[in-house]
Amino acid sequence: MINEKPKSLLGLKDLTRLEIENILQQATLFKEIFNRPIKKVATLSNKVVVSLFYEPSTRTKASFDLALRMLGAGSLGFTPASSSVTKGETLIDTVKNLESMGVDAIIIRHGMGGAPHLVASNTNIPVVNAGDGFNEHPTQALLDMFTMIEEKGYIEGKKVAIIGDIMHSRVARSNIWGLTKCGAKVIVCGPPSLIPVGIESLGVTVTNNVEEAIEDADFINVLRVQLERQKGSFFPSTREYHREYGITAQRLKKAKSDAIIMHPGPMNRGVEISTEVADGPYNVILEQVRNGVAVRMAVLYMLLMRSKEI
Amino acid sequence: MNSPENLLLKNATVVNPESSQVADVLIQNGKITEVAAHIENSEAHIIDLKGKFIFPGFIDLHVHLREPGQEEKETLATGLAAAVHGGITAVCSMPNTNPITDNEYFIKFLVDKAWEINKAKLYPIGAITKQSKGEEISEIVSMIRAGAMAFSDDGLPLENMLVLRRALQYIQPYNKPIILHCENKHLSLDGSMNEGELSTILGLPGIHRACEEASIAQSIEVAKYFGRIHIAHVSTKGSVEIIRLAKQRGIAVTAETAPHYFALTEKDVNNYNTNAKMNPPLRTEEDRRAIIEGLRDGTLDAIATDHAPHAVDDKNKEFNLAAFGIIGLETSVMVTMQKLVQEEGFPLELIAKICSTNPANILGVHSGHVKAGYVADLTVINKEANWEVKDYQLYSKSKNTPFIGMQGKGKAFMTIVNGKIAWQEKV
Ligand SMILES: [Zn+2]
Ligand SMILES: [Zn+2]
Repeated sequence: MINEKPKSLLGLKDLTRLEIENILQQATLFKEIFNRPIKKVATLSNKVVVSLFYEPSTRTKASFDLALRMLGAGSLGFTPASSSVTKGETLIDTVKNLESMGVDAIIIRHGMGGAPHLVASNTNIPVVNAGDGFNEHPTQALLDMFTMIEEKGYIEGKKVAIIGDIMHSRVARSNIWGLTKCGAKVIVCGPPSLIPVGIESLGVTVTNNVEEAIEDADFINVLRVQLERQKGSFFPSTREYHREYGITAQRLKKAKSDAIIMHPGPMNRGVEISTEVADGPYNVILEQVRNGVAVRMAVLYMLLMRSKEI
Repeated sequence: MNSPENLLLKNATVVNPESSQVADVLIQNGKITEVAAHIENSEAHIIDLKGKFIFPGFIDLHVHLREPGQEEKETLATGLAAAVHGGITAVCSMPNTNPITDNEYFIKFLVDKAWEINKAKLYPIGAITKQSKGEEISEIVSMIRAGAMAFSDDGLPLENMLVLRRALQYIQPYNKPIILHCENKHLSLDGSMNEGELSTILGLPGIHRACEEASIAQSIEVAKYFGRIHIAHVSTKGSVEIIRLAKQRGIAVTAETAPHYFALTEKDVNNYNTNAKMNPPLRTEEDRRAIIEGLRDGTLDAIATDHAPHAVDDKNKEFNLAAFGIIGLETSVMVTMQKLVQEEGFPLELIAKICSTNPANILGVHSGHVKAGYVADLTVINKEANWEVKDYQLYSKSKNTPFIGMQGKGKAFMTIVNGKIAWQEKV
């Protein structure tokens, strides 16, 4: 019992449907706090959590910080530029040092797939994956799913289209794991050069026709196109990308009239999404941001309160 | 009186590429002088090897011994000791040392030092190009005079086909192989495992099979006109098919594969196991099957380990950052016996061929047979011995192998180099 490794959240790949639903349930409770005059619960007041961000991120980091604050926990920011990492310290050494300082959990964002797994196998405190390479971004997918349930009541049987750079997207992978486990029908769409080999084995349908992807979709999750992929010859120009794969008001006529538009942010207006759609009535992009805090509160709370296992 | 130079090995099964028979083997002054049913010799030290199998000495065409430059990973002393511990009598050392082994003085350093160490034989490989930069050919003939047995820029592909052409033409009178690490760097980019279902699941950048196959096909079309090439570490089904066709077309190409390509698949990378990271990467079950069939039908000529020692710190890091390569000298015979003999029913004669005779022929050395007149480099195998790979039992300085914990049947029992027992199982 004492030597047992604590649970970490490394990816939705590793969770069961029940575990995912438990987190989402907990997040619902936390979201109610948003409506209270004092937006704080002091459940984790004796805990300190460090965020290790090896890749820049304003949104995810702020969301985790806010979640910690609302839980009353102390948060310690640690970015490579301001630390010994730039002096050549290895990831394992950095993490072991932080652990011996007495932090209670580690939130890590890293450019390489598997880095949070390496951290978890070298520490005895919970690790939360805040995005690793192309692998997973579990809290993003959880907040997407949370938002879907808020909008439509449930996920089972819903059609979700994920549009864009599937190959390099950890958001897409985590969404696919989570959504398929919860019974959604997932269709992914993008230029063939950005569809990874064997993605069908994850239980999704693949198409290169964006109209087909969004037809009858309940949710359209539009991925951010990373502009540097153009240099890698994955696609020739943002102009052509927008023409062929961009989500425009014109294209949305093919979708259900109440289809919900989602985006993990930050958006490239005029590339993967037109401004008209970005500012349109059915997008929940700002609601996603709010839900992110509730979901991250739930994850941290459940990992740090040993009684509540994820 | 027993002279230590003379050995009489009795009652073992002698395995040659053509046939096997129970026989005695007499070794005098480092050479096999007689192989016959019942040999009597009062001068020789008699060893009873009843139930064991005497193979011509196993030659590993592809080994990284790290000296000079990275002695913290491996040295000639530890690497050559590891070789005989694994049943290997001779190894070819790749020149990607620091500095690069690209001149006669470095070759001589290796030859002299290996002579002093007196364990496995060393057949040094010199760099094809100066600094292995792929630009100008190095002093190939001077290196041959100093003892170089083959040439390679391994670690990197030789991308400039004109340089390959020139090297093949220049070396032509000396009958030494040019060994090619075939990889199209544009295609492999910054990949770190096989591109496929599992790289998609793990979110790791992939190395597509096309990167190996395209490079092999291109090199073969050049070799067709200008000379003989040997393809290193074949890992895919497509590569086996390309090489099979090239041989049918009469092109002078030989090829090797490594035990990990016929024993493991990309599944062993699961959970970001950096000890299963090498280049080319572990592929799929379909590829593994094709590699086995390639060895069986002679498309693949040799088993070579690509023994690549790395320190713990080079492996215990983010998967993308971890070094490519695994050690193999001490597990090669074990894995071969288990995977090819036990599981696939390879005849022992074929094992003699792909582990000894073919590598000897590729290098042009007079060994690879257990027959009178041949050098007494012998690998004695206990076919029935059960084993489990344990890191603390390895002589190699590095322990980076996915085979730790693997169990199987059949391993080296004794290694004889130049007529002397270089290693034997403690009984
Ligand atoms: Zn190589
Ligand atoms: Zn190599």
